Amino acid sequence: MKPPSFDYSKPDTVDEALNLLDTEKSNARILAGGQSLAAMLNMRLVQPTVLIDISDLSELKTITIQNQTIQVGAAITQAELLAWDQLHQQPLLEKVLPWVGHYQTRQRGTICGSIAHSDPSSELPLALAVLEGSILARSKNGSRKIKTTEFQIGPMQTSLKDNEMITAVHIPIAATDSAFGFKEVGPRRGDFAITAVAAAGTKDGVLLGVAGVADVPTTKHFSHKETQEPNELLNAFAWELEGSDDVHATAKYRRNLVRHLGKDVINEVLNAVS
Amino acid sequence: MKNVGQSIERVEDPALLRGEGQFADDMAEPIGCCYAAFLRSPIAHANIRNIDKEKAEALPGIITVITGKDILSLTKPFISGVKVDAPQYALATDTVRYVGEPVAIVVAENRYLAEDALELIDVKYDLCQAVIDPQEAAKSNAPLLHHAVGSNILHERWFKYGDPDEAFENAYKIVETTIDYPRNSCTPIETFVVLAKYRPGDEAYDVTANFQGPYTLHPVMARSLCVEGNRLRLKTPPDSGGSFGVKQAIFPYVVAISIAAKVSGKPIKWVEDRLEHLTASTSSTNRVTTIKAALNKKGIITALDYDQLEDCGAYLRAPEPATIYRMHGNMTGAYAIRNVKIHNRVAVTNKTPTGLMRGFGGPQVYFALERLVDVAAEKMSLDPLEIRKRNLIPATAMPYKTAPGAVLDSGNYLSSVLRAEADGNLEYLKQQRDNARKSGRLYGIGYSIIVEPSISNMGYITTLLTPEEREKSGAKNGALASATVAFDPSGSVTVNVSSVPQGQGHRTVLAQVVADELGIDHKKIMVITDHDTVKDSWSIASGNYSSRFSGAVTGAAKIASKRIAKRLKIIAAADLNTTPDHVELKDNVARSTINTNNTIPLNRVASKAHWSPLSIPEGAGSGLSETAFWTLPELSEPDQMDRINSSGTYGFIFDFCGVEVNPKDGSVRIDKYVTMHDAGKVLNPKLADGQIKGAFAQGIGAALLEQLSYSADGAFETGTFADYCPPYATDMPELLILHDEHPSPLTPTGAKGLGEGNCMSTPVCIANAISDAIGTEVYTLPLTRSKVHKILDNEEPAPPAYMEAAKKTERNEGYSLNSGGYTIIKATPEKIWASILNPDELISLIPGCKSLIRTAPFSFNAEAKIGVGPIAGNFTADFHFSDLVEHRSLSLNGTASGALGIATGTGRIKLEPNDKEVKVDYSYSITINGKIAAVGARLLEGVVRKLIEQTINNFVYGLRDSPPNGILFKLFRWLGIRN
Repeated sequence: MKPPSFDYSKPDTVDEALNLLDTEKSNARILAGGQSLAAMLNMRLVQPTVLIDISDLSELKTITIQNQTIQVGAAITQAELLAWDQLHQQPLLEKVLPWVGHYQTRQRGTICGSIAHSDPSSELPLALAVLEGSILARSKNGSRKIKTTEFQIGPMQTSLKDNEMITAVHIPIAATDSAFGFKEVGPRRGDFAITAVAAAGTKDGVLLGVAGVADVPTTKHFSHKETQEPNELLNAFAWELEGSDDVHATAKYRRNLVRHLGKDVINEVLNAVS
Repeated sequence: MKNVGQSIERVEDPALLRGEGQFADDMAEPIGCCYAAFLRSPIAHANIRNIDKEKAEALPGIITVITGKDILSLTKPFISGVKVDAPQYALATDTVRYVGEPVAIVVAENRYLAEDALELIDVKYDLCQAVIDPQEAAKSNAPLLHHAVGSNILHERWFKYGDPDEAFENAYKIVETTIDYPRNSCTPIETFVVLAKYRPGDEAYDVTANFQGPYTLHPVMARSLCVEGNRLRLKTPPDSGGSFGVKQAIFPYVVAISIAAKVSGKPIKWVEDRLEHLTASTSSTNRVTTIKAALNKKGIITALDYDQLEDCGAYLRAPEPATIYRMHGNMTGAYAIRNVKIHNRVAVTNKTPTGLMRGFGGPQVYFALERLVDVAAEKMSLDPLEIRKRNLIPATAMPYKTAPGAVLDSGNYLSSVLRAEADGNLEYLKQQRDNARKSGRLYGIGYSIIVEPSISNMGYITTLLTPEEREKSGAKNGALASATVAFDPSGSVTVNVSSVPQGQGHRTVLAQVVADELGIDHKKIMVITDHDTVKDSWSIASGNYSSRFSGAVTGAAKIASKRIAKRLKIIAAADLNTTPDHVELKDNVARSTINTNNTIPLNRVASKAHWSPLSIPEGAGSGLSETAFWTLPELSEPDQMDRINSSGTYGFIFDFCGVEVNPKDGSVRIDKYVTMHDAGKVLNPKLADGQIKGAFAQGIGAALLEQLSYSADGAFETGTFADYCPPYATDMPELLILHDEHPSPLTPTGAKGLGEGNCMSTPVCIANAISDAIGTEVYTLPLTRSKVHKILDNEEPAPPAYMEAAKKTERNEGYSLNSGGYTIIKATPEKIWASILNPDELISLIPGCKSLIRTAPFSFNAEAKIGVGPIAGNFTADFHFSDLVEHRSLSLNGTASGALGIATGTGRIKLEPNDKEVKVDYSYSITINGKIAAVGARLLEGVVRKLIEQTINNFVYGLRDSPPNGILFKLFRWLGIRN
């Protein structure tokens, strides 16, 4: 469990980082908190020739609210966001963040790093999907905003180009008439979710998202009427996700969780908005 | 006040809390030290055709690469308790038999380079069929692990005590259950560390390793290294990051690294990493047991019948098959059952060899026995606690000799149960259950009663031999513990034991015991816990296992202290003008009991022995150091009837708990857990409770969370703590610990072992409670959420009509990746066929493909870099087509291997022309082994599916824009990818 040799670079600016990334392309990996990357490096699952450490870039160490959107910079850790005094502006984040890893890993692990890693059972990509946030990607040539639905394309696969890095994620703050729900089942608290569900909605309807079952966090919209009698649609959703068996749980168990937890979080939203 | 029996604070902690612990990895590395890494088998069963180490050895910084061939000429195979032709060496020699089996050692200037070199060693494997399930392995047509043996059952014996046949014939009722105990481990934080040096001048090895004993393995290692015992100097460090039995299994690595030191001429250090540890260090045995009981009308169990099929993994690595014999004397548990039948079979399978593990053999036996008692209660319409009470051994029968030969030394089982019922408030728990059930909740109460053996008889393993075989090989018995207590010239005391502690607080407890005998402050005593086989006293039973410390090691220390005390009194008596009988040692002074003002400081008494040896009275001896060896005389070898007192002392445990099962997600909440222990005299209550909590935590893990998982073809699937799940501290429920003390009449301190009991009693207690809650029998562990849910709810809503196909592609539990589908392509079958067989077209279609060579008319070799997201690796793939029906169908099979793992697959492709289209039907079966399966099992199926989907899409897309080519190509890409 020792990585092969690689270069380590700690640029002083984002531009400098992007220039290096543009030169090295897929041979480079961005290092922020390293909570997934370092383990994968040590197991030689990833073998980059250079690591670009962005963890201290002050440009990326910001959390702001602009245009009704929380903008979280790529060097912000999960613990920092959890401790942010405006977090109540988006209650789903308040619900989700304590479930991201453990206290210890949250001190280093970053919000954007978790999104970039795109583990299919991660909580943050799920929250982002349900909140219909977006990802700000930048390359040497400019920046672009990627919708969450277009970002994660498979297990640990994203639509980021080789010369792009995430500089921030944009998360809409909660509308006054909206409410949120979150539930997760894993082998132990703090583990990768066997199934996690999140919901965001108003009286008019609920967007339900599921992680840990399909290859990417997946959402389904429930109209007001459907939220009142959600069983049939939940069952269809559970099957459509085409989950797999693994060492922790069967596909069937995951479908069961989608049905049960899905109903629970829809009700959590309904109870809060009524 | 006596020290023994007090919750004295741990003397170990000030150093540990300051970060001054001296663990194996902290030991000084010799100048010129090099580092080793192991190349390990990625597959469960294969013959090694060839190992090419040239590229690896050419890498700068690499000292040498050692393979099984080198080992063959330099070492002997490890001896095992069963004489069969199934040799195990420190490295695989011609066949690999489990994932993780060491195949080669790289010695390099540092570990990083060593791991670089691992990726350059090219091993060609010829795959063999693996067998994972012991019941499959036992079949006559099973693939064989050791051909010379001719069977995968390496040991089989029948035992009969009393007249079980008669008892079963006359039984009022016979009950039976079959359980399947899983593989788990105790996963110490600190992994294996070996530091070895060869001294050519003396032809001797100096090794430091965090070995824990038993020292029966020292001769095993020396023999394998072809040296006499005094030329294998084995040192163990003062501190340990845990072992729980596990570090017994370091011994093959002591040999491997020693040989590497000899071959390379360098001192070598090896630190096992977590992936290596989980994959290939050791594990508990998994065991399938069918157990029957004969009952009379009153619910008294008149006979037991065990049929045990033990799975020891790929080799019977010493001391296996000890797991199945450790409990032999106490197979009747805490019950007075006079008729017993036991059928033992020990199987080998393509899994990591098993070994010592906290609870050693107990969890397997008690999961069967205590489940059966619940089944019996149900059949007899008796309360499960009531039937247990009726069968308990009465206090008046103590010491009690069980049918298979254990001598249960002390206890009043019924009174301990009654006390626990009262002090643990069982009545209240029953009310809780009734209330919960009234409101429709799934709440259950579980019980377990066990005896906890400690201080293993070194002869118990010979129970596997017939009396005639034992006659020939000579008796093995006893369990020698040793301790040295010495005063130095300044009058301070040092205690040295051959115990090799693992964090239990041995220094504290020994100081307590010795302080009481010598009458000095326990803080003045220095206890030395590192050990050196050439300088310290030891014997084969030395080491730290079978909970032998509190009974045996403290006993030896007490005896040595008594001898010293006696001599001190003789010396002091002369100065106190009295006789030794009238001297007491207390409060750091020797005092005349006649004139209590007449005292002399103890350190002065002691230093006199050093400074004025001619002045001390006759009878006081010379020097002031005593080494005591002690064993229980009761630990004799098995008798002619195969009765064996397998352990020296036997504690008693009664557990009960209340659990609630959530029917929605199958989760289990432990509402209350009470454990009652009678471990004889408790030497330090705080440390004792720490031991009990630790074993309880491991019991919780075994009950609900932990399993070392293998796929049907032998891929190991739980190589990280994300997939192998010991409980977190936050998963631990409150534990009420109760003590009842009936001192052992056999040990000098009256203490028995207590560190393993809850590993034995807790898993089955929780299983019984869950069974009670859900009203169904449970047969296996761990009862994970998914598993409990499966038991509760087998029906689920059907998929929506448009997804009717979904059910058909439902995979079985586990992971052989078998699937298929079809796609429609607008091309002629001839065109598709042509592209399939043309390597020039194929190569351009495989992403990452660097080369593709036709090696035979229908065989190909490809090299490609394959990856998903950021994970990528280089693979070499060999594949070939067969069963070709031109333009219609063919089969494809192949293997792809690389540092990330090895994949094998078969596929079948059928082309069905239909107008201007072709329907391409495909089916495949893939197995994935090696690192990627061990660390990525959670994601693997999703990833593979995704890759196939993408491949098919690409293919269809490719055909639209360009001449038809590449379907096969893409299709074998998934084969390659499956690596």
